[in-house]
Formats: sequence, C-alpha cells, structure tokens
Amino acid sequence: MTTSTPLLAVDELSVVFHRKGQGETRAVDGVSFTLEEGRVTGLVGESGCGKSVTSLALMGLLPDRGVKVGGSALIRLPDGEQDLLKVSQRRMRDLRGSQLAMIFQDPLSSLNPVVPIGVQVTEILSRHRGMRGAAARREAADLLQRVGIPDPTRRLGEYPHQLSGGMRQRALIAMAVACRPKLMIADEPTTALDVTIQAQILELLRDLVTEEGTALLMITHDLGVVAGLCDEINVLYAGKAVETAPRGPLFADPAHPYTVGLLGSIPRLDAPRGEPLTPVRGSVNDNIAWADGCAFAPRCDHYTMECLQGPPPLVGASGDEEGPGHIHRCVNPVGRAGPDRPEPETPAAASEEERG
Amino acid sequence: MLRFIVRRLLQLIPTLGGLSILLFVWLQRLPGGPEYALLPDDATAEQRAALRRSLGLEEPVAVQYLAFLRRITQGDLGTSIQTGRPVLEEFLLRFPATFELAVTAMLIAVTAGLPLGYLAARRRGTVLDFAAVGGSLLGICTPVFFLAFILKVIFAERLGVFPSAFRLSPGLSRTDITGFVVLDGLMTREWDVVTDALAHLVLPGLALASIPLAVITRMTRASVLEVMGEDYVRTANAKGLHRTTVRTRHVLRNALLPVVTAVGLLAGSLFAGAVLTESVFAFPGIGSFVYEATQNRDYPVLTGFILLIATMYVFINLLVDISYSLLDPRVRAQ
Repeated sequence: MTTSTPLLAVDELSVVFHRKGQGETRAVDGVSFTLEEGRVTGLVGESGCGKSVTSLALMGLLPDRGVKVGGSALIRLPDGEQDLLKVSQRRMRDLRGSQLAMIFQDPLSSLNPVVPIGVQVTEILSRHRGMRGAAARREAADLLQRVGIPDPTRRLGEYPHQLSGGMRQRALIAMAVACRPKLMIADEPTTALDVTIQAQILELLRDLVTEEGTALLMITHDLGVVAGLCDEINVLYAGKAVETAPRGPLFADPAHPYTVGLLGSIPRLDAPRGEPLTPVRGSVNDNIAWADGCAFAPRCDHYTMECLQGPPPLVGASGDEEGPGHIHRCVNPVGRAGPDRPEPETPAAASEEERG
Repeated sequence: MLRFIVRRLLQLIPTLGGLSILLFVWLQRLPGGPEYALLPDDATAEQRAALRRSLGLEEPVAVQYLAFLRRITQGDLGTSIQTGRPVLEEFLLRFPATFELAVTAMLIAVTAGLPLGYLAARRRGTVLDFAAVGGSLLGICTPVFFLAFILKVIFAERLGVFPSAFRLSPGLSRTDITGFVVLDGLMTREWDVVTDALAHLVLPGLALASIPLAVITRMTRASVLEVMGEDYVRTANAKGLHRTTVRTRHVLRNALLPVVTAVGLLAGSLFAGAVLTESVFAFPGIGSFVYEATQNRDYPVLTGFILLIATMYVFINLLVDISYSLLDPRVRAQ
C-alpha cells in the first residue's frame, strides 16, 4: 500500500433495495476499500455477494427508484475531491465515460446491435472530447488499433454481430479507455470468453493500467483472474468485505474460512482423476443477517458460538508476516488459533433455526 | 440487397399460387352458380345446363382452374353483377378514396401511437401509463362500426364540427387529376377543396385508426420497456452519453424494429377495416362498394376484393421485410 491519498476511497458503502410488498434487501452492507492509480484491485465473491451492485453504485447506474445508497466514495478529480455517491446526476453523466469507465460482462449484449462499432466509439469521443467527423473516426480507429483490433478502419463500419467475442470485448475496452479515465471498473469482463481470449483480454487490461496509470477495479468470481491480475484483493461475502489483502498473502495464507473455501474449490489440473471437487457447502441463501453474527457461519466449518454474537469486527491478520494490508472479519481465523483460544470446533447446537 | 429483394419476390410465387387455389375452391363451393344469377328464375334445367357448358363449367376442375388462373393473372376479375362493369375497373375508380382514408388512419395511428406508447413506457405505473394501456384495450375491443356511429352522432350530428358523409361537400367543384382529392387540391392550389376533403377524412380516419392506434401504442410501450432494460442501454449510460442520445440512438432505434412489422401488417388490415367505416360514413371507396356487394351477392366483386386484400398483404409483407433489413443489420447478414 502507498501512503499517498488513494484515488478512490469507498467507505461503508451500502445499497438497499426496497420492493413493494417485500422487505428490503441489503445487497451491499458496508463495504470499504481503496483504489490506487496504476493498480488493480479485485472484488471477489460468488453470485449475489454484492460485487456488481457495488460497481453500479459507484457508476451511478442503479435505478432511480427503490434503491437507497449509503456511505461515501471519495474520488480525487482534477478539480478537487468529490463524493461519487453525492454528485448530481448531470455531473455524474459528465464523469461517466470521461473519468470513470466501465466494462461489462457480456460483450455481445453490451453493444447496440443496430449501430456500427464506429459510431459507438465516436459517440463517446464527441460527447466528452468534442471530436467530430473525420477526426473522431481517426481517433476511433487508433483506439481500436490500440486494443489490438486488426484492420480497425474497416471494423468501424461493421456491426457487433460481425465481430468475434474477443473483438467485441476489445471494442468495449476501446470505448472505456477512449477518454483516458482515472478509474475503470471491469465487471467479469472475461466470463463470456474462451480461455485463450480471456488471457489476452486480461493482458490488455494489465497493459492499459500500467501505461495509463488507471486504477482498475476488477470484479470477478474467478480466482485465476485474481491471481494473474490483481494487486489487492477484497473478498466479499453477503454484502460485506470479509478479507482484504495483497495478492501474495491472500493466496499464501488466507485467514477467513470463506477465502479458504474459495481457494479450495478451484479444480486442480494435477489432482487425481475422479477426485471430487470441494465446494463451499450450502449456498449464498443460507445466510444470517450480519447484525446477528457472521453471515457465513451457517456454511462455515469453523464456527463457534462466538460467531453468532453480533457482527464480527475487522481485525488485522495475526502474526507479523502478512504486513499491514491484510485484514479480515473472522473471530476464528484459519491457521491463527491464538494461545488464549482453543482450536475451533464445530458444535452441532446453534444451527438450523439460525438459518435464512 | 438487390438479391434479397429478388429472392423475396420469387418467394411470392408459391404464396400467390396457394392463394389462387384457395380462392378457386371457394368459388367452386359457393351456392348458386352463375346459371342462377344470370338466367331468370323460370329458366328450364336444359337452359341452365347449356349455360354451364358454354361458360366452361362442365370442364374438368384442372382445366377450369387454369382458365381461372389465366384470367386473374391478366387482371380480369370478372364483371360486377351490380354495375355490369369490370370489377377491376370499379376497384381502380374507388381506390384513391380508400387509399386516402387508409393513409389518414395510419398517420393518426402512428403519430399518436408512437409517442403515447413511448411516454407510457417512460412513465411506467403512472396515470398516463394506465390511461394509455386502458384506452388501447378499449380501442381494440370496440367494434369499428360502433365507434364510427358514435363519432358520427357526436361530432357530425350533435356538434356539427365535421361533415358526416362523402369525400367532399356537395356543390364544391374540383379538378380531377389523380383521383386523390387532397393531392389534386394541393396540385391545383384549390385550398378550399383541400380543407374540405381533409375535414371529410377526420371522422372516418379516426374510426379506422382506432385498432392500429391501440396496437401501435401497446407494442411501442412493451418494446421500449424491454429495450430500456437491455445491457447496451446500460453501456450507453455508462459512457455518459446525453439522455437524448441514449433515448434516440440506443432505445428508440431498437425499440421501433418490432413496431415496423406491426405497422406493416396493420396497413394491410386497413383495407378490410374500410368496409365497415366507409359504409357508415357513405365514403365512396372500395369499402362501401364491397359492403353493397355483400348485400347484393355480387360474387365477382367479393372474390376480387379478397384477391386484392391478399395480394396487398403479400406485398406489404415484402415491404416490411425490406425495410426491416435496412433497419436491422443482423437481418441483412442472413
């Protein structure tokens, strides 16, 4: 971690959905993290943990009605510091595309099927950089070239369905970097792509971050992506960050049982044939509210009665070997049984009625 | 593009061929052949049989079908029993009136239906939305002749704001160039004719527009709602584009595709709908002529009308497909 002020400081971000006839859903429940220029920060977790909602909240792309966003997201802009969650919609439209950019999951559905690629790239140039006509087209071709699309001038006149999946994602990345944004959010940008294309896209993102000094928030459930790309990782569970660490310590010495479970569930090529996968048992629906205790407790192999006594606080990982950046939210961290505490055991008592 | 059109034109041949068979079978099955329509009631059975032979009705069915096919492909739809003149001639004479009425109805339906459907989608769940959805349901459910009568009673007879019948007020002289009254008036700068003709089009146009208006409103609303939830609209917003750019280039461009199809099919149905509307407003078009034909068992006119409508549907479909391929690059590629 650097000591300078971060580019973006998200503090206690919460997103609550209200639906008529139903109670409220806390999709994001107090998430805090920081983004630094030229670094990649990962937001990792399974479906429904709040990672996409976090990104949409930062971009101001959540629906107007039925959503309550809390907390703050201070971003350092050329004209001073601003809270992304508080700026006006008009200002947000100016920031999106120019200072903040986003790359989405499914490149085919994320591109307008009836508008040529060229128009979809130049429209952002004319919106934020005032470029028109031939100059805009030249710049658009340069952008496509830069993200590795061959024969860019011809591609400008083509439609999304004429491009391959990897090309489409490259085109979307070209749009995202068109105005050299300070902050880029990539929401599972490789999920819809072949593995070989995935690697190319990740490499491209890595290069853009290094060359431009952009801060990249990488949202993914794929720990392979995390291992290859992210400098810092936040593991999300049920709308809260349960562990935050630099890449090395997280993979070498995970503290939270959920992180351990995620790492353990990666299929290994060198595993003996026929060996069953080791999933994290249960599903994301088996949660208890964070207010009552650790939301992961019902799925956790290590939980004790302590886990059910209110929300577990964020603590630094014990021992000095991790450095200061490694924090987690577990009262019984894996491999860190303190001298004052016996090895965690699994009591059968507090169980079924605590669920859901 | 040209290959696409040629291919589609070739595909018309089997469609129209099938249509001609259906029509031929229908004609064969009609009760009371021409020997009853053409000869007096006291004619003998021999006289009737002789007429059938002379008309070729005793020939094998296949021979009769080929003769029928040759006739209709040469534009010979037979002779109207009511007027004694060729059916095609009667249709052509009345076509401009019906066409003007259909265009009026379509203009009303599109210019009102598109904005209404769009606004209903944008303001989903508001009073405007409920009014648009409820009103269009009413528009679909109300029989055209009933609506036509109500309009006539209220606006023509009670309030007297619009004329209740004909294309032009009696006594107004006009120069006939094309048969299209409004067009002729514009060409000759007879402004009194133009305004009078337009006033005559308002009530029948509204009556005929009711169903297309309702369908277009509902389709536009549904389509806009669907497109507003698409990923590419979110991408457009994520690019910080102006609201108007997002709404026109990204939402409307896509949302209007299915509406184009609907407009085409509705345009075909307008000629059929004109039968009832024109008869209520004594509008001298194909519709009221066909209405009289049904009452006088003028079979050649009726078969001719069916053939006309079916052919129009087929060609309008072709136009829709062509415009679709212009609007949607994914169709063009196939």
